[in-house]
Amino acid sequence: MAIDLKKNESITADTFLSGLWRENPVFVMLLGMCPVLAVSNSVINALAMGLATTFVLLASSGLVSLLRSFIPKQVRIASYIVIIATFVTIVDYVIQAISLDLYNQLGAFIQLIVANCMILGRAEAFASKQRLGKTLVNSLGQGAGFTFALLCLGSVRELLGNGTLLGIDLFGANFEPWVVMILPPGGFFVLGGWLLLFNWMRERKARKLRETEDAEVAHA
Amino acid sequence: MPDSLSFIFLNAFIINNFVLALFLGICPFLGVSGKLQTAWSMGLATALVMLISSVSAYVINSLLVEFGLEFLRLICYIAVIASAVQLVEMAMKKFSPTLFRALGIFLPLITTNCAILGLALFQTFNEYNFLQSVVYSLGAGAGFMLAIVLMAGLREKLELAEVPSISQGAAMSLMLAGILSLSFMGFAGLGG
Repeated sequence: MAIDLKKNESITADTFLSGLWRENPVFVMLLGMCPVLAVSNSVINALAMGLATTFVLLASSGLVSLLRSFIPKQVRIASYIVIIATFVTIVDYVIQAISLDLYNQLGAFIQLIVANCMILGRAEAFASKQRLGKTLVNSLGQGAGFTFALLCLGSVRELLGNGTLLGIDLFGANFEPWVVMILPPGGFFVLGGWLLLFNWMRERKARKLRETEDAEVAHA
Repeated sequence: MPDSLSFIFLNAFIINNFVLALFLGICPFLGVSGKLQTAWSMGLATALVMLISSVSAYVINSLLVEFGLEFLRLICYIAVIASAVQLVEMAMKKFSPTLFRALGIFLPLITTNCAILGLALFQTFNEYNFLQSVVYSLGAGAGFMLAIVLMAGLREKLELAEVPSISQGAAMSLMLAGILSLSFMGFAGLGG
């Protein structure tokens, strides 16, 4: 019981925040890239995809966490996939009911959430070992990180490729849209660009840290 | 014309290449394209699983439609794919241990390759008949192989080049993929 209490208390801000930044599924761990590249050609699509994935992630890892002592080890991957596929089917029908327009734009990528390795990875690496509360907080963080990454890509691609943001025209009639950005190559370029930016920031931080250490050594 | 077998093959092979135009199977495309040899093996295994799961998905789908159980499609497909991967793995272990050892860990990973599930879903959406499904899966497999081998060749060359330290790794691979994808857009005109 004492151990259980301790486990329960160990939900910290970091359980949530690690998914958002330090262990961001897209930018750091490079998981679930297919939907990120494919549906990030506008902010609306990106947001819808992010929310749908977050829901599936939250529900499936919650259920996996609850059932973790009942699922035999040998068939765990198959069981996780069936659980995930169930929730994806639910999301698929819900989006179809709410907005057929959005459903047609996202196409097969809603059903392809099943094959998103980020969700299976969470189930295997986290939900199958942790208590429900911690799993939910962590999944929420990962989902938020995924949505954040999708929005990063979606806003840049819509802005450059269409001159709009959330469908609102920003640059006026004289703007020549950079069409390649909403086409497939643009997805690769924009994600590559964001990764370059993050690498540059990380490197600069490391260099600054080194310089201050050097200065301290010289001072002493 | 759009339903002719040769067009279906070309469409899946280069015009709407699964990796570079439809963004399916990006994870193995970026993860396993470091060396030319492993890229060939991965491409081959994926193409094989694609063929098997496409045929089984066709059969399963006609059964589900027969009984009016379309809502179970996704669950059935993913189960079929997982078993197809297992089957290929066992068959390979029995008949060609060398190839089995060469592929190693990549084989089970094919289950979460969205290109395979995507193939099964697209052939259902497009309402292809049996022969068309088979040709479509052959084209998609060849397209995946082409993309991953091209990428591996580029990355092997790139290892000898000097790139700025911030662009090493994934960032550079994505830029490369973008340029490849840009050149594949040239084939779009073939679709007419």
